[in-house]
Amino acid sequence: MRGYILRRLAFALFLVVAVSSASLVLTELAPGDYATGAFGLGARPEALARARERYGLNRSIGAEYRDWLAHAIRFDFGRSLLYDRPVAELIPERAANTAILAITALAIATLVGVPLGIVSGSRRGGLVPHAIRAASVVLLSMPPLLTSLFLVFVAARTGWLPIAGMRSASVPPGGAFADLVRHLVVPAAAIALPLAAMFERMQAQAMREAIAQPFVIATLARGVSRRRVVWRDALKVALRPLAAVYGLVVGTLLSGSFAVEVITAWPGLGRLMLDALSARDVYLVAGCAGTGAVFLACATLASDVALAFVDPRVRE
Amino acid sequence: MIRRLGVALVAVWALAAVGAPFLAPHATDARFPGLLNAPPSSLTWAGVRPAIHPWRLVNQLEQRYELQVSNIVPLRWFADGRLLVSSDEGRAPLLLLGTDSYGRDVFARLLFGARTSLALALVSSVGAVVLGVLAGGVAGYVGGLLDEGLMRLADFVMVLPAMYVVLALRAVMPLVLPAPIVFALLASIFAIVGAPFIARGVRAIVRSERRLDYAIAAEALGASAPRILVRHLLPATRGYVAVQLTLLIPAFIVAEATLSYVGLGFPDPIASWGTMLHDASANVRVFADFPWLLSPAAAMFLVVLGLNLALEGQRTSGLESLR
Repeated sequence: MRGYILRRLAFALFLVVAVSSASLVLTELAPGDYATGAFGLGARPEALARARERYGLNRSIGAEYRDWLAHAIRFDFGRSLLYDRPVAELIPERAANTAILAITALAIATLVGVPLGIVSGSRRGGLVPHAIRAASVVLLSMPPLLTSLFLVFVAARTGWLPIAGMRSASVPPGGAFADLVRHLVVPAAAIALPLAAMFERMQAQAMREAIAQPFVIATLARGVSRRRVVWRDALKVALRPLAAVYGLVVGTLLSGSFAVEVITAWPGLGRLMLDALSARDVYLVAGCAGTGAVFLACATLASDVALAFVDPRVRE
Repeated sequence: MIRRLGVALVAVWALAAVGAPFLAPHATDARFPGLLNAPPSSLTWAGVRPAIHPWRLVNQLEQRYELQVSNIVPLRWFADGRLLVSSDEGRAPLLLLGTDSYGRDVFARLLFGARTSLALALVSSVGAVVLGVLAGGVAGYVGGLLDEGLMRLADFVMVLPAMYVVLALRAVMPLVLPAPIVFALLASIFAIVGAPFIARGVRAIVRSERRLDYAIAAEALGASAPRILVRHLLPATRGYVAVQLTLLIPAFIVAEATLSYVGLGFPDPIASWGTMLHDASANVRVFADFPWLLSPAAAMFLVVLGLNLALEGQRTSGLESLR
């Protein structure tokens, strides 16, 4: 067990280092650098050269990468050229915003999708399972890009909810927290709806398989009530596939949150990454990518460890 | 029944894309300067012929239009090589889905955009299949270090959020490029990101198939490794690959739309569903006052729904994250 966890830890560390290094080198290799972007096409060569020297962009890629790595080990991730602030100062706020959005969406999707999946998977016919299934198929065809456009459209037409941003300019009656929640509804629901549909389909499938197992039939034969069998005995087995995908879902969450952050102007990592990439702000790109990789690494690690506890076969 | 409905939905869009020059009343870059952000034409009848009421601009600043109910402009079938156009194109063009902020026909752009978006998704998926089958087949057949290396690489790519990988690969290329190069670039990026999902499954199938009697018999008869792989083992992956191909298409349609939405897609005069949403996003009133500008989103939903219905009951891919 300890060996298994150590191996997963090593992979998590590798993931963070590899992703941030790769994004740094890729951005360095990209045509154009921060100076050409900031000074425009008509810039004088001397001005460009001076700016490159000031920002430290005139060195070879190897030298620059070594320098960045040496600093990054001491938790100094360089200075953003675009915002002229240390990367380590810029990222935490944006990362927290993305985390708020992603965790809320994941919680909603789990609380909605899993119970519905248990219901639709444990019944053979009837109106309710069919309605759930139809709703899932429709929502699965609406990725976050489309759900966010649709929800913003509804919010704009009805005026029920704010359609963009994270906070109002001034604190409205009800306090800052209520204001944040009101702003959170549209983006969080946009990510959560397709995810809930995915969870529902997966949970229904797992439930159907669990119910077909002999121990369930045996329990039913002993006279235990159907509801008790479904929600207690079969559910324990049927939760395993969901635990296995929970680590992978973080990738889906981050991908989905990118489109949603851009459409609803949620100030998260996605927008920052896009701006950094377009401006060739190398250190900020590496910082954003590294932060995303930390999210990913934590989630896969947590889900691997949880799975190893639930299912001894995984440890080998 | 449900699957047939899905196939029909997809077929309608495929026909719309192929027949765009005939079905669309206007070219994608034709502008109607007096009709910026005009609502869809209001259809009526002039005797047995379909007709429209023209729009009259009542407020230039707010771009509000009023219907001229007393004025009826008949439509003409099969004029100028197009299915249905207005008999007075200059003053009252046929605008089935209104116009965008440049005064261009949204319906025409939607049809031509279907060509760009669907063709890109199709080409990318085929590319991903070719790459994935090649890598997965070789890894599964040869085994050993090559297998280990390729599959570790595939796992690594699959863990990453696909949208960010696509974004990073696109953004490190020159930001402004001509349309054909954008098409080739996006198709290659999508193919590379999609390939691991195919390679994983193909490798597993090839690995288990090559231990079966027929593969061992072919080997004993002296068939060469490429022959066994291509003639005997890869055909066994056909069903899997067909399903995966269908699952990649929606992912790539949405990926193109997302990239174009943030301004990293096709350059301006080219119509694709993503660039149409990008143009719409410049206007804050689109959601409340000009909802017809969101029609590409509805088109995307219908295509993806059609593909999902056609696959109802089949396995799902891991690339949902791209959407």
